[in-house]
Amino acid sequence: MLKERRLAVEGWFTTDPPALIGTRCGDCGTPYFPRNALACRNPACSGPKDGSELAEYSFSTRGRIWSFADSRYKPPAPYVSPEPFRPYVLAAVELEAEKIVILGQVVPGVGVEDLSVGQEVELTVGTLYEDDEAEYVVWMWRPVS
Amino acid sequence: MSGREIAILGAGMHPWGKWGRSFIEYGVAAARSALADAGLSWQDVQYVAGADTIRNGYPGFIAGATFAQALGWSGAQVSSCYAACASGAQAIANARAQILSGLADVALVVGADAAPKGFFAPVGGDRPDDPDWLRFRLLGATNPMYFALAARRRMALYGSTREDFALVKVKNAKHGLNNPNARYRKEVAVEEVLESPVVADPLRLLDICATSDGGAALVLTSMEFARSRGLDPVRISGLSTVTPTFPKTVLDLPDFATDSAMTVPVPERPFRAALAHSAYEEAGVGPEDVSAAEVYDLSTALELDWMEDLGLCAPGEAESLLRAGETSIGGRIPVNPSGGLGSFGEAIPAQAIAQLCELTWQLRGQAEGRQVDGARVGIAVNQGLFGHGSATIVTR
Repeated sequence: MLKERRLAVEGWFTTDPPALIGTRCGDCGTPYFPRNALACRNPACSGPKDGSELAEYSFSTRGRIWSFADSRYKPPAPYVSPEPFRPYVLAAVELEAEKIVILGQVVPGVGVEDLSVGQEVELTVGTLYEDDEAEYVVWMWRPVS
Repeated sequence: MSGREIAILGAGMHPWGKWGRSFIEYGVAAARSALADAGLSWQDVQYVAGADTIRNGYPGFIAGATFAQALGWSGAQVSSCYAACASGAQAIANARAQILSGLADVALVVGADAAPKGFFAPVGGDRPDDPDWLRFRLLGATNPMYFALAARRRMALYGSTREDFALVKVKNAKHGLNNPNARYRKEVAVEEVLESPVVADPLRLLDICATSDGGAALVLTSMEFARSRGLDPVRISGLSTVTPTFPKTVLDLPDFATDSAMTVPVPERPFRAALAHSAYEEAGVGPEDVSAAEVYDLSTALELDWMEDLGLCAPGEAESLLRAGETSIGGRIPVNPSGGLGSFGEAIPAQAIAQLCELTWQLRGQAEGRQVDGARVGIAVNQGLFGHGSATIVTR
């Protein structure tokens, strides 16, 4: 039986199509991830800074790897690890248009030996963990084939 | 010099290790040792600044009062502060402000920690609004993962190798060998580092600093107070705890992303370099004047980044200095003569204070077995993370 699919965090990304959702200041144009709804953080921005200047923004879904690393040991809670623990890879990805670097896990099955700095990757969605009721999905990076 | 200097009259530490006792005990031992070094008594202290620990229950959140109570309530002014790994530096900054404003002549700064084994974890409970909780939940982004990302970036930018990183450990292990307060006092070979288990590729176990118990304290006074006692003390000549400048484009704990540089250009100096620059400006000295540097080697690779942020060499040149032995004791610019975090492990609120203890002993010529000849100017830098950090310059 297929389990229900739930987002591991609400409002940070969409699954269809996969995209990271943040906010962007309508006054100075600075985008934020994760979502910043409080006030634009650019100290030179002349916007009202009451949150009204920030509108939802969908980030570029392709970028280049700025750096990457893997985790060979099980992290502490609240990370929910499968048993036995499976090593995973994190990539910090630079989005050209937004001039921002965003972290994400890399899809399972891709190891550090498969990656290089500067390599092109795209956003996708994958399972982070599951329990008896559901599987919880999160954004992930995947090499562009 | 700035004319806004204060004196370091006393320095004291409780050795680093995993002792299994209360952080209060380590702090009190360090405080007593610093007071004895200064030739002052606890009752002479007008202001006590505690650096907080968040992993030791409520007494840790109010460390200033905790240490004051343990030393015996004396009616001194007291403060407690938390600034992640920069808590110790912030406590020093608080004491310095009291002294420079004339509110106090004699201050005691104390930081101590009793640390759990293994990865640092976020504070317990279900807290989905806390980025520190979320980075573990959504990414499994442990502290070593961030250090590994920085190390890989350095490899890509400058061609650093794992052997270079291992050499940092080898050097620091050699420095720490004769430091009675260091936890790891054993020589390490390059092969041992390279053969230690991979924690977060490209970093291995021996590239990453451990978590430790320990305590450190300083007795700080006004220059007038020190001179009235006929002393020529080591001085704090500059101290910076500046924030990053927007857009912060360095990925630090617990970030999911950098700031965007889409609309505002990247600042002239990234965060760590800005910390050092501000301290140099205040002290009226430059990188060329530095005799010894204590830098925050949370990982071996970060020591190399710090050297460049301090202006000890141009970006990408740290490895050649290291390989030539220039950052070893006896070289042109010894880095981490204490043995660094690699030989100590991090006792969070005590670490930045311990860096100044080391520089005090270095500038007095008392760093037996690890003395940097003729040390006159020292700089200590600390990566507080979460937007905190510090740079402190001492002179004599």
